[in-house]
Amino acid sequence: MFKDLFGKSKYVTVKTRDKSKKDISPDSQLWTKCKQCKEIIFNKKLIENLMVCPKCNYHFRISAKDRLAITIDEDSFQEIAGEIYSQDPLNFPNYKDKLEKAKVKTGLDEAVIAGEASIEGFPVVIAVMDFNFMGGSMGSVVGEKITRAIEKSLETRKPLILVTTAGGARMQEGLISLMQMAKTSAAVKKLDSAGILYICIMTDPTSGGVTASFASLADIIIAEKGALIAFAGPRVIKQTISADLPEGFQRAEFLLEHGMVDCVVERYQMKDELASILRIHQSGVRIYG
Amino acid sequence: MGNNILNFEKPLLELADKIKELQSFMDDKGLDLSEELARLKERAKNLQEEIYADLNTMQILQIARHPNRPTARDYVKCIFDEFIELHGDRRFGDDKAMLGGIGLIDNKAFTLLGHQKGKTTKENLERNFGMAHPEGYRKALRLMKQAEKFNRPIISLINTPGAYPGIGAEERGQAEAIARNLMEMSSLKVPIIVIVVGEGGSGGALGIGLGDRIMMLEYSYYSVSSPEACAAILWKNSEKASEAAEALQITSKSLSTLGLIDRIIKEPAGGAHKDPEVAGRLIKEAIFENLHELNNLSTKELIERRYNKFRQIGEFTKNESLINQEDILKEEAE
Repeated sequence: MFKDLFGKSKYVTVKTRDKSKKDISPDSQLWTKCKQCKEIIFNKKLIENLMVCPKCNYHFRISAKDRLAITIDEDSFQEIAGEIYSQDPLNFPNYKDKLEKAKVKTGLDEAVIAGEASIEGFPVVIAVMDFNFMGGSMGSVVGEKITRAIEKSLETRKPLILVTTAGGARMQEGLISLMQMAKTSAAVKKLDSAGILYICIMTDPTSGGVTASFASLADIIIAEKGALIAFAGPRVIKQTISADLPEGFQRAEFLLEHGMVDCVVERYQMKDELASILRIHQSGVRIYG
Repeated sequence: MGNNILNFEKPLLELADKIKELQSFMDDKGLDLSEELARLKERAKNLQEEIYADLNTMQILQIARHPNRPTARDYVKCIFDEFIELHGDRRFGDDKAMLGGIGLIDNKAFTLLGHQKGKTTKENLERNFGMAHPEGYRKALRLMKQAEKFNRPIISLINTPGAYPGIGAEERGQAEAIARNLMEMSSLKVPIIVIVVGEGGSGGALGIGLGDRIMMLEYSYYSVSSPEACAAILWKNSEKASEAAEALQITSKSLSTLGLIDRIIKEPAGGAHKDPEVAGRLIKEAIFENLHELNNLSTKELIERRYNKFRQIGEFTKNESLINQEDILKEEAE
């Protein structure tokens, strides 16, 4: 819906496809209705507020590029693992079309973008997922880019930051997608053994095979306020047990209560929180960079 | 038994009935119709071969889900000379949907894990239809770590529709439990032999499925999601399950062609449930053949090869678009 919200597109050196601009519907350029409190919010105000409702604090989903823009230092992003694109190994019905549409819709090559960057001066390797690209689903390319980000972190010894949002493994690549869970988790094990910091920020929604692999294996897991975080989504569970789910079930705060995440952080505080963790961490690392 | 007949097997059953009739007719009347009988038996054998040579994915799925399909415990009985079941994750509980234990096969010690389904409704309720909770995956990890400590190879038998999607499972970290297993299994110092013996349902299957050898029984399946769920999600129509089943390429044959599994273990004629003993023997042979190869590796090589096995899975291209490049150029020029 929005492109480069925070007017800082130069943070990110990814090419945008011109066609994407046509997708913005005219009325959405002026105001937006809050999904939670139904308040009508001027977009200018909403953008100033980092896409968080000023009235009820509802956190709207944001794109990978916008997430990068509000997370890393200006001009610090250098993409890695670019130049690889999805194939259609199973010749799955409509997959090629869906990929092309997702590329146009998001201006991204895939559901994740990875690179080296800095946060308040601290060098990091960062990869950010985008829910608008086929529901942030993990197929070969997402698995590969995440793995290469982990390998870059291993090679440079820079802390790894992964920002997740995903519906799960990408069905159109069948078992190859499921195996990306094994591939990424095995790579995290190497990072773990090498003693390199890995922080995962789970944003709305993070579910399925992504939650059940690399996302849940971070040293520090931060959940963005209100994010749905699950293995099986609420719809599936409701169907299975044929009963209503408790209020707030699978939301960030629920996971905190059940010991599954380290903290729940609001969007406007996220960068400070990261910088703080990196500062504390760095003072304990003798040889750095 | 009556309810467990698969549709495509009906002609076979009719023929079997005919053979039975003829047999009792012969016995009653004291006639010798053995030539006719032999002819019918031969026809039945050929028909079975014909039917099973040309099964579609949905039919294979039915065999994989057959209520009489041998379970992990059945195979333990066939394969192990001695077996002790070990219980509990030491954190929350004991998950009956996940079998674990230690035992001897031909005097060699193994640790065994496997999803455990039931055969009757009562048993299935107790076993939660083979759908494990986090404590099941954590029990599995505890036993795998123990196997590493005592240098025992691990056999993992996969047979689950998926990890259980319930409130308690989510509260106790189903995702974390599966993720942790993947991470730890990637670097265990002992050989891990994985065999899909029935249903290989998604993350719940993979949760005990990272190993040095991934094998599948001929009529089992392994999939990113059940065809029913796939059809419901992608096409909003669960009746398109058979289309989804074909598209997902979930059979042992397709997955072997895709290079995702190392070996298909043949099943006895008509499927493993027709002769569990033979199925068990074939599994045992496959285990030992593979173990022999793995035993020749140093621990370092073993772990490196396991890592690389999964590291290289993925299909991608340097071409930006899968749709004809010229079409795009044309479109841009307009």
